[in-house]
Amino acid sequence: MQFLDFEKPLEELYAQISKMRELGEKNKMDVRASVRELELAVEKTREELYNNLTPWQRVQLSRHPERPYTLFYIDQMCSGFTELFGDRQVADDKAMVGGMATIEGLPVMIIGQQKGVNTKQRQYRNFGMANPEGYRKALRLMKLAEKFQRPIITLIDTPGAYPGLEAEERGQGEAIARNLFEMVNLRVPVICVIIGEGASGGALGIGIGDRVAMMENTWYTVISPENCSTILWRSWDYKVQAAEQLHLTSTDMSRFGLVDDVLPEPRGGAHAAPEEMAKTLKTYLLRNIEELSKMNPDERIAKRIEKFSNMGFYQEHAEIDMNYQPEPEVKEVKEHKRHGRKRKSE
Amino acid sequence: MDRFDTQLLYGQTWYADSMPTLPSRTMSSTWFRRIKQGITTTTGEKKETPDGLWFKCPECKETVTQQELKANDFVCPKCDYHTRINAKEYFSFLFDEGQYTELFSEIGPKDELHFVDVKPYSSRIQEAQLNTGLLDSMTVGAGKVGGQPMVIACMNFNFIGGSMGSVMGEKISRGIDYAIEHRMSFMIISKSGGARMMESAFSLMQMAKTSAKLTLLAKAGLPYISLCTDPTTGGVTASFAMLGDINIAEPKALIGFAGPRVIKETIKKDLPEGFQRSEFLLEHGFLDFIVHRKELKNRLAEVCSWFLGQAA
Repeated sequence: MQFLDFEKPLEELYAQISKMRELGEKNKMDVRASVRELELAVEKTREELYNNLTPWQRVQLSRHPERPYTLFYIDQMCSGFTELFGDRQVADDKAMVGGMATIEGLPVMIIGQQKGVNTKQRQYRNFGMANPEGYRKALRLMKLAEKFQRPIITLIDTPGAYPGLEAEERGQGEAIARNLFEMVNLRVPVICVIIGEGASGGALGIGIGDRVAMMENTWYTVISPENCSTILWRSWDYKVQAAEQLHLTSTDMSRFGLVDDVLPEPRGGAHAAPEEMAKTLKTYLLRNIEELSKMNPDERIAKRIEKFSNMGFYQEHAEIDMNYQPEPEVKEVKEHKRHGRKRKSE
Repeated sequence: MDRFDTQLLYGQTWYADSMPTLPSRTMSSTWFRRIKQGITTTTGEKKETPDGLWFKCPECKETVTQQELKANDFVCPKCDYHTRINAKEYFSFLFDEGQYTELFSEIGPKDELHFVDVKPYSSRIQEAQLNTGLLDSMTVGAGKVGGQPMVIACMNFNFIGGSMGSVMGEKISRGIDYAIEHRMSFMIISKSGGARMMESAFSLMQMAKTSAKLTLLAKAGLPYISLCTDPTTGGVTASFAMLGDINIAEPKALIGFAGPRVIKETIKKDLPEGFQRSEFLLEHGFLDFIVHRKELKNRLAEVCSWFLGQAA
């Protein structure tokens, strides 16, 4: 079991339990009562911790190394899965997986970012950061699903689209933009679920749906808290504040109406009981596919456009406050730069 | 002790190559001697040229008058550098006789999240508004370009880096509605650092919102032209800037999804010359053509007439 920094009290309790058991075995003592007591303490501590999670702690949970990824959910939920590869243009992107699947006899297309489960796999999956070919592969599969009238499910879990040289050459921006445009007009039901990290355009690139849901301990916003901290605070040290200011949790996102639903996670996070989480996800997907299938395609598309068109906050009749006094800025005292070159070593 | 060191000792500045002989330490005099160290002029005594009279080109360092620059459509007359200009300037030479109607001019930003970093977002907004005289980073104008009716949504880079927030998204949306209602061509002039972080996920969703709206414009059979100018990056590139019926750009504009610094840090290598510039994108197939600012108006009129004009 791996513990996050805020789970320290839990780690200590677990250590005590195993010590107690060891002692019991060694001295042939009955320690069941004390173990039971400690286990109760574990439950209580866990409840306290998990009822008051801070935004940053949720970010940590969303990145937990034991958290289930896309292929795990596919394996749990589907009775058959044929993975499809390649964007038919450049390559196959290992960070984006997808294929034909059957859930309870219902044929669907499932697409999602995939992270690796160990160091080697993580590199192979490029840490869940897709290249343009990943987004183009996703779009190809979506178009395939549309042609055969199969609902589309996307599972989002990415720290962002890959910021690499080749990615730019092959048009990372264009690939994501094209997906946004095309997903708006898909004639089949589309359901998107954030199962881990939902970072910016990389997440949105497969995130336009009739239903967009977040698992409880995930995040979804325009930038990762770390990058936000480096840009706005000019330091890496403000990620906790950045996480709070960005209002990136499922609770906030659903309060703002930017996501439709929140899927509750088992206590301790999705990784604490992955099978249970998969069941919750499956129930959610089936219920919503059924609901959405009752609408006709034009109605669904119109609703999709309306939903995204209503996002944003602004003032209808704004005015510039000409009397505004800018707050005095604390100016950095710049050290006077020495002219001339440094002396070379003698 | 070599020649270089000697010079440092004697406090002389860069005359190394023109020095006929090497002054040795034993020589009692040097040609010049700095009496006082550093700059002694106080800020108060500093003589400054009044703002707005001269323009120094950041590319070729040549100086021209603002008048000359304006007459040249804000392009450096010496080296063709396209200066970063805002909506007002673009509209002045794009629309016929500089005549246009500004649309949705009263929509302004709102700090719904009460975002605070080193400064509250609300004071960032107010400062930017006071400095620029604009409500937000986007201005929409409707008028005629070479006789062709057009709605142009143009970003103002001087307003928080032309960043995309809810106001930009809403103004683009309404601009599209207006173009559909009046059957006009639609153009976005992008000049932005990307999404506005202080509006968090709301700014991200503007990518979805504008893309959704563009599908309506496409269904109405109306043209959308995306003009990328220096710089066009981040969420802007990953949505409407790359979705034009034609994507065009000004010369040497920085256009990309990730910023060059981020890419450099990721791949830990230097980036090739001209990487992510307009010419690079044209070469890789993501632009239809590059257009000089002085030809922009004519080219726009040409393509719009091809799109919507009556066949002879």
